[in-house]
Amino acid sequence: MYSSLAEVQADLTAGKTTIESVTQQYLARIEERKSLNAFLEVFSDDALDMAKKADENRKHGKAGKLSGMVIGIKDNLCFKGHKVSASSKILEGFESIYTATVVERLIAEDAVIIGRLNCDEFAMGSSNENSAYGSVKHHLNENLVPGGSSGGSAVAVAAGLCLATLGTDTGGSIRQPASFCGVVGLKPSYGRVSRWGCIAYASSFDQIGPLANNVQDCAAILEVIAGPDAYDATLSQREVPQYTKELETSGKKKIAYFKEYIENEGLDPEIRNRMKELIEELKSEGHELTELTFPYLDYVIPAYYILTTAEASSNLSRYDGIHFGYRSKQATDLESTYKLSRSEGFGKEVKRRIMLGTFVLSSGYYDAYYSKAQKVRRMLRDETAEIFKSHDFILLPGTPGTAFPIGEKSSDPIVMYLEDIYTVQANLCGIPAISLPLGKHSNGLPFGVQLMSKNFDEANLLAFSSQMMEKVIQE
Amino acid sequence: MIWKEHYEVVVGLEVHMQLLTKSKAYSSDSAEFGALPNSHISPITLGHPGVLPRFNSKVIEYAVKLGLACGCKITEENQFARKNYFYADLPKGYQITQDKTPICTGGGIKISTDEGGEKYINLTRIHMEEDAGKSMHDQDPYDSLVDLNRAGVALLEMVSEPEIRSAEEAYAYLTEVRKLIRYLEICDGNMEEGSMRCDANISVRKHGDTKFGDRVEVKNMNSIRNVHRAIEFEAKRQIALIESGEVIDQETRSFDAVNGTTFSLRSKEKANDYRYFPEPDLCPVIVTQEYIAGVKSTMPALPNELHNRFTKEFGLSEYDASILTDSKPIALYFNELAGITKNYKAAANWINGPVKSYLNEQAIELDSFPLKPSHLAGIIEMIDQDKLSFSMASQKLFPELVKNPEIAAPQLAASLNILQEDNSDMLLKWTQEALSKFPDKVNEYKSGKHGLIGLFMGEVMKISQGKADPKKANQMLRDELSKN
Repeated sequence: MYSSLAEVQADLTAGKTTIESVTQQYLARIEERKSLNAFLEVFSDDALDMAKKADENRKHGKAGKLSGMVIGIKDNLCFKGHKVSASSKILEGFESIYTATVVERLIAEDAVIIGRLNCDEFAMGSSNENSAYGSVKHHLNENLVPGGSSGGSAVAVAAGLCLATLGTDTGGSIRQPASFCGVVGLKPSYGRVSRWGCIAYASSFDQIGPLANNVQDCAAILEVIAGPDAYDATLSQREVPQYTKELETSGKKKIAYFKEYIENEGLDPEIRNRMKELIEELKSEGHELTELTFPYLDYVIPAYYILTTAEASSNLSRYDGIHFGYRSKQATDLESTYKLSRSEGFGKEVKRRIMLGTFVLSSGYYDAYYSKAQKVRRMLRDETAEIFKSHDFILLPGTPGTAFPIGEKSSDPIVMYLEDIYTVQANLCGIPAISLPLGKHSNGLPFGVQLMSKNFDEANLLAFSSQMMEKVIQE
Repeated sequence: MIWKEHYEVVVGLEVHMQLLTKSKAYSSDSAEFGALPNSHISPITLGHPGVLPRFNSKVIEYAVKLGLACGCKITEENQFARKNYFYADLPKGYQITQDKTPICTGGGIKISTDEGGEKYINLTRIHMEEDAGKSMHDQDPYDSLVDLNRAGVALLEMVSEPEIRSAEEAYAYLTEVRKLIRYLEICDGNMEEGSMRCDANISVRKHGDTKFGDRVEVKNMNSIRNVHRAIEFEAKRQIALIESGEVIDQETRSFDAVNGTTFSLRSKEKANDYRYFPEPDLCPVIVTQEYIAGVKSTMPALPNELHNRFTKEFGLSEYDASILTDSKPIALYFNELAGITKNYKAAANWINGPVKSYLNEQAIELDSFPLKPSHLAGIIEMIDQDKLSFSMASQKLFPELVKNPEIAAPQLAASLNILQEDNSDMLLKWTQEALSKFPDKVNEYKSGKHGLIGLFMGEVMKISQGKADPKKANQMLRDELSKN
């Protein structure tokens, strides 16, 4: 199996293979590892058609930037004429009538879209156990979770079911499974990648981003999917740098890390030790590492869950059994259509979050919860921005631990929500963050480290990540 | 009305106006009225998974126009908000509206009261939002049908302070609002088709009370007259309840136009908690002073400005000026005419008389009226120069000119042979002929019955087929009768 786009493109250029043949290998591999439950649907025929077209383009010297890239998309991204369900029963059988901007841009650069990937229902979850279509299994041990919500996206890359994938990250949904599965996952700045065609969970947090085997492939995908789009009013109009061309240059950097994050007792001791080693290794490479205190760790999870559930309660109102999607057969009138269709169509975690979000927005509670959480968000954003005035990056753990057994945390939502403790800060602040595979635990499972940068500084973030992987972590 | 001796009614009105933008508020779908059901729909209108709103900036322009016309303060940073509720014709499950930062605050509408005075009704706010689709419950015996063409059409909601104190004031307020939005050409103001809608918050209290009574919201009044009827009915209903010692339920009621009553739709306990919060899919729209100045420079003349001009500059009566400014095309037509002729009173009479009668008879609007202000100015000039009588002009020349607007009025009058004759030979001939028909009456006149001059004049006009210059004919008759 190929481990980078560069390898595929080298073989294509040398005439050793074709995109069609590469696609066929992946299709076979998906079939082989069907038990992982990573794909909800494989677009076999369409993928082969796209592959043939991409081969054709190569032949005529018109190869796109992602020529040779076989990519899977999370099941919350719309692709015209294809089913999309957000892993929910409420969208059972629903077919999209338009294509997400990111998917359109991938196809325009000759990527092959091989299928849609399982995830937590409406991207709500940290273990991929909340899918109406069954849990995704960890590729190294099928009794373990792959992380979530983009669990299918992470496993598909790790198990070699495709070269790269798209996920979405609202509070860590790309980076947490990337950390569990030992792949690279990037959450871009809010407003960098168009959300048109991405099924909304929490609109002011959601971002689409790549998962891949390496930083280079993430950069190549981001370069294609990022940038202004008339269909998303929240996008930044700033130009998209050529991320792939800037990966080689990265000088000595100023990097901050938070004492509270490293010393947090919820953090696995082995991960803590490896983090400390990494800090020393970076120092010895000549980078300037500064320990800071950031006493807000206790507030990030509550603020995140209040704001995201509030937005979700509104975003998910459209799934009402009237215009599309699942409608209860027992419904007899308008009210029972709503009540029964939503009760039967949504899973438990989604219902929990809709109720929580409805509560925090209700009259009499708005100020106590929603307004206060917004203030916390603003404060976190300001405090974090302040740090970036004198630092290039913030280094922090990816996850508190490694992949855990299926069923272990699913009964206690609070325990599950703490899975996101290190990842939500980037979403609350709207800044880019990347999870890089840092090492292997004594339990044999991978875990990641995170780097965050200031807004729209993906070029530096990717370049430094690439250098750090090469010169420090993989040494 | 006996109740008015003891009670006063307190009314605040919420007016929704559908904007005449080509596309919808948050999508490029057509906003045109009257298309086949569900033909102006895209994934955005349908609220499909993954769609995002695309704001139509024309809505801002229209809102600023209305705000400037009402003397409102224009908000600089405009946030959008979501108003959450479930209904079959609301595909997203929320309406994009404005909550804490309405685009206009303050300002007001000046109305004329029945007592002949003026009253200023203050506005609370004007904000931008989108319409819902249309549910139809009477098209099919089993199912309700939903048409989403209207879903997402841009609306402005104008909320008045509870300063309206009678059904008549409400009537005057809505008439003024409708006139204004038609002048601004931002909404066609058609309440029957629902492009302008009104909800009334109505309460009553004893004269002299400083606290408001418990209020009821009345919906579904599809004409200004029905708003009047609903307020009258509600006031009496609420007073009857109070008089019999009962309390007013703070509820939403619907107006029944057939019998002029209202009935309960839902109680306060069942009222929605709309859970407003900032719309995360749209950035705030910034309205700069430069932008406002730009809109201001494109503002058309407003009815009160024209009214002032017509009375102060042109010396018209309040009455004439009011009738002329009722409709923007008429007012502008008059304004143009008043730039050509100086006989403003005659110009007003022509428009309010023959022109309007013609439009009514033909059932057409002014834009299909064939005569230009210059045509009318030509007629007025001929009358002023005694070349033509008003009756000849209105009865003969005007109907012909409408059919042949390409012919100049003087030529047409000449070819119709209706120009006034001031040739004394002709006049003398007609006078003598007329008098010769009534030898007895001539004698009576001469013996002092001078009132008979009218009879002789009538005969002269008859013989001359109206062409005789009445002043000169009159003089000539007197001259003839005084002979011998």
